Amino acid sequence: MADIRLEKITRRFGDVTALDAVSLTVPDGAFVVLLGPTGAGKTTTLRMVSGLDAPDAGDVFIGGESMNGLTPAQRNIAMVFQQYSLYPHLTVRENLAFPLKSPLLRTPKDQIDAKVAAVAETLQISHKLENKATALSGGEMQRVSIGRALVREPSVYLMDEPLSSLDAKLRADLRIELKSIQANSGATFLYVTHDQIEAMTMATHVGVLDEGKLVQMGTPREIYEQPVSIYAASRLGQPRINILPADLFGRAPFGAKFIGLRPEQISQGRGIDSTVTRVERLGDQTRLHLAIHNHDIITVTDAHTGLTSGDTVAIAPKNPHFFDAHGVRMPA
Amino acid sequence: MAQIRIENVRKDFGDFTAVQSSTFTIEDGEFFMLLGPSGCGKTTTLRMMAGLELPTSGDIYIDGEEVGQKRASERDIAFVFQMFALYPHMNVGKNISYPLFSQGVPKAEVKRRVDEVASILGIQDILQKPVGGLSGGDRQRVALGRAIVREPKAFFMDEPLGALDAEFREHMAEELRSLHDRMGATTVYVTHDQLEAMQMGDKIVVMNHGVVEQFGVPQEIYDWPATMFVANFLGSPPMNFLEYDGSVSPGDTQVRLGDATLAVPEQIEGHRGGLVLGVRPEHVRIEDNGSLRGKVLATEYLGTTQIVTVQTQFGEVKSRIDADIAVKTSSNVGLVIDERTLTLFRAQTGAALRSSSNAGVLSHG
Repeated sequence: MADIRLEKITRRFGDVTALDAVSLTVPDGAFVVLLGPTGAGKTTTLRMVSGLDAPDAGDVFIGGESMNGLTPAQRNIAMVFQQYSLYPHLTVRENLAFPLKSPLLRTPKDQIDAKVAAVAETLQISHKLENKATALSGGEMQRVSIGRALVREPSVYLMDEPLSSLDAKLRADLRIELKSIQANSGATFLYVTHDQIEAMTMATHVGVLDEGKLVQMGTPREIYEQPVSIYAASRLGQPRINILPADLFGRAPFGAKFIGLRPEQISQGRGIDSTVTRVERLGDQTRLHLAIHNHDIITVTDAHTGLTSGDTVAIAPKNPHFFDAHGVRMPA
Repeated sequence: MAQIRIENVRKDFGDFTAVQSSTFTIEDGEFFMLLGPSGCGKTTTLRMMAGLELPTSGDIYIDGEEVGQKRASERDIAFVFQMFALYPHMNVGKNISYPLFSQGVPKAEVKRRVDEVASILGIQDILQKPVGGLSGGDRQRVALGRAIVREPKAFFMDEPLGALDAEFREHMAEELRSLHDRMGATTVYVTHDQLEAMQMGDKIVVMNHGVVEQFGVPQEIYDWPATMFVANFLGSPPMNFLEYDGSVSPGDTQVRLGDATLAVPEQIEGHRGGLVLGVRPEHVRIEDNGSLRGKVLATEYLGTTQIVTVQTQFGEVKSRIDADIAVKTSSNVGLVIDERTLTLFRAQTGAALRSSSNAGVLSHG
């Protein structure tokens, strides 16, 4: 167990600044999820911590120790990638035991057996231990690669979109499993994804990256309810926050350029008229696509609403966010 | 534009039966989803409609004409794959017009149709560009353009958005749907993503192990699943299943689970033995006076709503409630279930018992 500290990490690739003086602390026992679209710098950050790549400037500390010049093998970390790479000629048991057989560790055989058994139990793959790795389903293979990280009991776990290649149902199951493994073991996780549901449901802290800069760090609820900017606000929430001209519903605070409305910030049945352009039924909820003078608004309503395209609904903001011309959120 | 009808279609690959006996109808102009997990037979079904596979038995009708044994080129359909293959040495315009040239359409007509398609897709300004430098979205649009330009009777799409990342996928899904709304062409779309199916489809077929489990309007299937498989496959999180032993008779309007008595829609079918009570997470509220009790295992914050997982004596129950309601992990809570929404299933077969509420939906699927 250990904390991770990044101090003013900068990494350039030619003309592109992939990371721009990023400072970030992952507290001991925290589950930090880095969120951002392709190219935001998530994976580069992870590679700095793992030692797969080195920063042009800045320092990485794990458990208070500088990692400068240390190879990945010397850092006591475990990594899980999107593409599970198991040894195809080995059984599940041999795959799980492999990291413990490293000459650096010299783990006695009975300890290896005990650890493999415990991890297999946690991940519910005990009955597959003697199977060849190739005889597993995708979800099972990803469990084995997570298991291979767990047996080592490293100081920190680094995960790069480990669930992205799995189908939706399996992803939902593994989300809960990973979260409970992390919570029960008290391990430190640094996890990269572009899936906001993963970020919201698993993270103790979310770090929002935008073109190589860390723009906000906080609990999922903080990012969702008190985003620093339009960019941060747009990372979480489905349907996405509606960004509209500040004065669309009447007078706006001085300096406000945009009003930001999530579905729960729109009350229906009073206010100004909007036209229903589309009704999208998702089962548990129905999304209403509305229009006010050429501005599109998406909100949610009762699953069995009688509204149809062409109907009129009055809507009004309820505790909205206001943003200035630079997209920075203004104090309420 | 076309109606497509599948009748008792079966497909065997050696000993393996990919599709057992499918029957359903796709109406003219519908956006039709084939939904199911990998290996369920949805892609095989689509490939048989397209003529890329021949059915082992059964009939396929396109606009009333039986085409089951005809080749793909004789069916007047267009296929869009997950990996959009473009001709790398041709520019965008040439890629789109290629199918017309190969059919010998006159040059003036080709130009008119390419222009029309480009304006539908909003890609007029890139017609002269090579396809090499295009963004993923534009490549996808070009691939669609090549399908649209032939003005086929129907479009078949096999997970066309599968390779895209979440944000872009959502955007393309909306674009595809509104494109369909403008053109009104019959579209058959294969996906394993239930949200995509709910979001885009006029109708859904849910398949599992080569069998059509249910077929109908998305919201109706979601509300009134014919089987536990459908109830579990649609919805995220899926329907909760409370398993118990007991009996229910025609005319019953309540069931007993242990100490709790719960109201249910009036039952038409009865059953004795293993029963499963199915309820969607959004129909479970957390209230102190709830007759079903349990311990909170976890809460998952989702912004607008949260998912609360409660351990009851009949299994885990997930509840979707507003995010601003405070629920403590490990606390003891009561659950209130909206009786109008319940479905009872036979535990052994997974088939729904008919009630006054679901009979209408189950009779046409």
